[in-house]
Amino acid sequence: MLIAPLDEFTAVYHRASGITHLLTEPAPQILAVLGEGASSLDVLLERLGRDYDLDDGTREALAARLEELVEAGLIERA
Amino acid sequence: MRYAFSVRIGPIGFRIGSDWRAPIAELRSLYRDYPKPHDGIPDFTVRLFARRPWRRIIRPSVEIGGDYMLPEAAPLPLRQGLLAAEMAMNLQMALGARRYLLLHASAVARDGRAVLMTGISGAGKSTLATLLAAKGWRFMGDEFALLDAATGLVHAFPRLISLKNEAIAAAELAWPDARMGPLMPATPKGDIRHMVPDARAIAAMDTPALPALLVFPRYGFEPETRPVPPAEAFVRMTQASTNYVALGEPGFRSLTGLIADIPSVAIDYPDGASAIEQVEALWSAL
Amino acid sequence: MVRPVNDARILARALADPGSIVGLDADGWTALLTMARAEQLIGTLAMRLDGLQMPDGVQAILADARAAAEHGRRAALWEAEMARRALSAVDCPVILLKGTAFVAAGLSAGQGRLIGDLDILVPHASIDAVEAALLAAGWEWVKPDPYDDVYYRRWMHELPPLIHRERDRMIDVHHTILPLTARITPDAAALIAGSFTLENGLRTLSPNGMLVHAAAHLFADGDLAGGLRNLWDIRCLIEEFGTNGLDMEAKRHGLSREVARSLRLVDALFAEGTARGADRLYIRRITARDGWGRPTRPITRLGFYVRSHLLRMPPAMLARHLWTKWRKA
Repeated sequence: MLIAPLDEFTAVYHRASGITHLLTEPAPQILAVLGEGASSLDVLLERLGRDYDLDDGTREALAARLEELVEAGLIERA
Repeated sequence: MRYAFSVRIGPIGFRIGSDWRAPIAELRSLYRDYPKPHDGIPDFTVRLFARRPWRRIIRPSVEIGGDYMLPEAAPLPLRQGLLAAEMAMNLQMALGARRYLLLHASAVARDGRAVLMTGISGAGKSTLATLLAAKGWRFMGDEFALLDAATGLVHAFPRLISLKNEAIAAAELAWPDARMGPLMPATPKGDIRHMVPDARAIAAMDTPALPALLVFPRYGFEPETRPVPPAEAFVRMTQASTNYVALGEPGFRSLTGLIADIPSVAIDYPDGASAIEQVEALWSAL
Repeated sequence: MVRPVNDARILARALADPGSIVGLDADGWTALLTMARAEQLIGTLAMRLDGLQMPDGVQAILADARAAAEHGRRAALWEAEMARRALSAVDCPVILLKGTAFVAAGLSAGQGRLIGDLDILVPHASIDAVEAALLAAGWEWVKPDPYDDVYYRRWMHELPPLIHRERDRMIDVHHTILPLTARITPDAAALIAGSFTLENGLRTLSPNGMLVHAAAHLFADGDLAGGLRNLWDIRCLIEEFGTNGLDMEAKRHGLSREVARSLRLVDALFAEGTARGADRLYIRRITARDGWGRPTRPITRLGFYVRSHLLRMPPAMLARHLWTKWRKA
């Protein structure tokens, strides 16, 4: 993936599909954490709060964001 | 095909075949100072044809074909044959261009650096480019700007300038000695007249320029200038490019690079003179 | 050496014998490239001519074609991957067909190939589950016309066309390789049973299966539009896998005549063979393209078009189908 931050949006080029996505937080941060390796929902939530100051999340909200990224093809369910 | 003509516009060579003499004669006349395709081999082929043999003569209607075609495209009457040829060449570019990132923008240059002006039909990018060229800027193109993903330079594509409605008079005023094509009243897009770019533009067509300013003009408003946020500029540029998706990674890199490197500015303007002033002011401030 | 360019044999020759392009002048190159584009073979031509001496202008055009084919390949494989994810919960084999299969399996037939929609083959018994899974994963129907739907479901060999909401790409889901109304009925279960599995779990037909499918597609399904490309696919498959056991496979599916004809035509177009009898008419149809990219030989073409409709539907059904369509127009 190629990542180009542009103000509060981030442009992401997904090489495998050739699709360009425009994402807003917490999506780029989620991709960054998952880029280091597969993760569980709880670990991901904790990392986002700790490393990126995104601490207003709930498990439900994060699950919804993850579902969006799955549908876009950017991440896969293990 | 009975009548044929080849021409090179910037880096792109075209071959145009026609069932009728008239459109080819017009093209040959208006493009007389342009070079031929590199090595005599055109990049794209365009055909102006009659769907049935008798339609060549009876209510002649020009269908557009070529390497890339839109099956439902409506034909044009023969008197608008020149327009058909220009539309057909645009279509080949829009659907087939790969070597450059195609931006739906006009471009003018000064001292090797370029202003790119992009927007929807009617925003005025053709007219602005023509007016700026009359003030000493080098005209690079009114419809497409070709961005080289490897070098970041923009290449000229100075085809015949397509002027619509009021823009025709404005351009004729700014360029009284310009060579013009026939006036085509009441086309699907209104009155249209083609203008041949000036000699300097044609002579310099193979010289690229470095993009320095990206402008989003809007005609018919009180003068105002404001910066365009990067994400918005990026999205509008992807929409303004017909081959962004086809180019893949180089397209992404060159467009994000462009947005990151040069200022993106929206200008609202009530008339040509005001727009020129605003562009010159932005340019001096760079 | 300048030969008058009046049909696509010049393209067939260039593909089969790349060295034959030596001595082409500017007009010859222009005609060859235009024909290749019209026949959807310019990517293939670019691969075949790679490295040969040619004018700079041609070099650039063919480089573009290679880049376009590469981009298309990536997009096709991505569609296949998204289909795989959508169908992972459905317990049935999913078999890639045509161009996507060639590139997924890394076959020579896939090199430089321009790929359109995604075509897959699934067992007839699983078709409803597959349809439901695709609809749930973002695909939707292209045409909402209920009569067409009935026609498709009862008689065609595939679901009505589906397109993905976000990605705007089509998927064709087949349950056999010819329409149910055609007079030939291939053994879909045997094709599926003989399929090969790829690393990611998707499948392709066996090499003989691919050959039989290509022959069926060429003769029994269409009016031979795109015939040159289809025959090139067949030629590549034969080069790579040979024809061992092909007779038996063809016979099992009732396609002996079509497969034999395709082998003869490949030989006549791309090798030293000579076409005789009815084969010559097929060759004329398949090479009916001029240096401006226009289809030529209209009478031959029309003959094949009518013929292909006759093949797809028995005459009584054809009449009823056309009448209903006309009523609604």
